[in-house]
Amino acid sequence: MNARAVRSAIGAAASDHPVAAVAGFMLAAIALAALAAPLIAPQNPFDLASFDVLDAELPPLWLQGGDPRFLLGTDSQGRDLFSAILYGTRISLTVGVLAVVIQAAIGVPLGLIAGYAGGRVDSLIARLADIQLSLSSLMLAIIALALARAGLGGETLGRFAVPLLVLVIGLAEWPFFARTARAATQVEAAKDHVRAARALGASSARIVARHILPNILSPLIVVATTQVAGAVMTEAALSFLGLGLPVTQPSLGTLIRSGYDLIFAGIWWVTLLPGLTLVALLVAVNVLGDELRDALDPRLAPR
Amino acid sequence: MAPLAGGLSNRMQALATGLTFLAKRAAQAVVVMLAIAVIAFAVKGALGDPLREIMGEAVPEAERAALRHELGLDAPWPTQLARYLGAAAKGDLGQSYIYKRSTLEVIVAKFPASFELVLAASLIVLFIALPAGVYCAVRPRSFGAKLILALSVLGISIPVFLTGIFLITVFSVWLGLLPAFGRGETVALGPWDTGLLTLDGLEHLLLPAVTLSTIMLPLFIRLIRGAMLDQLGSDYVRTARAKGAAPLRVWLNHALRNALIPIVALGALQIGNLLAFTLLTETVFQWPGMGFLFLEAVTRADVPLITTYLIVVGLLFVVTNTLADVLSLWLDPRISLDGRR
Repeated sequence: MNARAVRSAIGAAASDHPVAAVAGFMLAAIALAALAAPLIAPQNPFDLASFDVLDAELPPLWLQGGDPRFLLGTDSQGRDLFSAILYGTRISLTVGVLAVVIQAAIGVPLGLIAGYAGGRVDSLIARLADIQLSLSSLMLAIIALALARAGLGGETLGRFAVPLLVLVIGLAEWPFFARTARAATQVEAAKDHVRAARALGASSARIVARHILPNILSPLIVVATTQVAGAVMTEAALSFLGLGLPVTQPSLGTLIRSGYDLIFAGIWWVTLLPGLTLVALLVAVNVLGDELRDALDPRLAPR
Repeated sequence: MAPLAGGLSNRMQALATGLTFLAKRAAQAVVVMLAIAVIAFAVKGALGDPLREIMGEAVPEAERAALRHELGLDAPWPTQLARYLGAAAKGDLGQSYIYKRSTLEVIVAKFPASFELVLAASLIVLFIALPAGVYCAVRPRSFGAKLILALSVLGISIPVFLTGIFLITVFSVWLGLLPAFGRGETVALGPWDTGLLTLDGLEHLLLPAVTLSTIMLPLFIRLIRGAMLDQLGSDYVRTARAKGAAPLRVWLNHALRNALIPIVALGALQIGNLLAFTLLTETVFQWPGMGFLFLEAVTRADVPLITTYLIVVGLLFVVTNTLADVLSLWLDPRISLDGRR
């Protein structure tokens, strides 16, 4: 397919699904801005020497008292909010995506094994998934990081926050991938091409890897989309509670936390602008996930 | 006489199987609680050195060893675990470093605040989610249903602490209508401090309760809609319609009644999330409940208070799940305990 055909195919898909197109465009814009943060941001928010307390709590450009150097104003330390939001989105997305990679790395193999092997292995894995799901992953993550904080102290926790968050959010939510992979594998395993491969003497490992996994990717992509939204939200909640990323390396949740006290002084932008960014990101991912599910689920196809 | 006697013995049998079920669930709950207590004991051992808390750093080693012996901290860990569990069974889970009181007492004193917040939010959820979910199921293609579902996607995309901050900004800071933090004036009803009996207490409750309900609403609207859709597609609903029963009667008396069974079962799975969302809401509004207390304990490294919170939360989780199981059983006459229909 040449570039023009691809472009027209995308155009047709976008006009058929306007909501998905808007959500996809929003997500792409946010993700690109986050990726290119070091290029776009006027200031490095991690570099304490690059900002000045004298610039603290300036309002955004469009309000009275706004400073042309600071598009979205500054926080209580004089940090440029626009730069902080760009870098914060970058950290939030990084933690979210890496956590989902761990979830998939645990959940997909377990689901494939459960769905293909069946029997006792299947019921054991399904039971484990049920137990894990009945324990709220948000509550588990709060407790795990609270214990880490009480044990390591706030500063050490801050230094290892990214790997710890990725690990905790990653470990707690594998059942969603396992369930989806299991159900899809059961359907796929009964199909002729899999039976043919088995008749030709292919090993179970080869059948699962070559004949089943490639065919169950679309439902897994839907799960991955909504899981990224969940992971970003969990990270934000933990950082808001002071159990995630430290102020020196702020994610969106940390920015919301550090600006929270200022709303009582009428300085709403330090907390609400990162908050709006977070909501825009989550809405885009969730809407895209819903639209993908509708598009890929044949039961929901228009009749 | 014979059929009556038969009916009676059948009923006795059903009662016996019911009791066996309850006993089994209770035994499971006890095992889970034991496991949680062992985890709490391990956390306590890993995190806390009570000696440092009592004596500080600058005390000679001989004196430390003496106190360690006196407190039983030099005993092998199985002995210590047994002592911990024995004391826990009597309700003694240690002394809080911050409050210098029994940790269990400190946490139980905060329970009414959390409970009233959850109760108020649950009432809001019940009165909105039930009609909204039923409406979305019976009129799935209407504009209203699509609007409700679109709003619910928006609802689950806004973190609960942001909803709280937003409501505080608008209603407390900008409009100055409602208080932004604390419980306000409370009245002591015996050991229970309630904020529900004073106007000030109710004003303080409004924003936190609305905040907490906004995160649970979308979940329950979707849950109720899904359960209703399943029932509306079933044969008995079609039969009821064919008989000419009024639509409202079919929806409420036939479909909704049976939809309640999966709603209770799946709703119970949300109890852990509810605890987490309550903790977040309490943090935003500085609501003096159990979650707010837990975070204070974490920042000040009050290890006994942290471990006691784990046990109390575990207990709440186990009790509500067991109750939900029993409730499902009671709602659904088809779940026969001995496997017969």
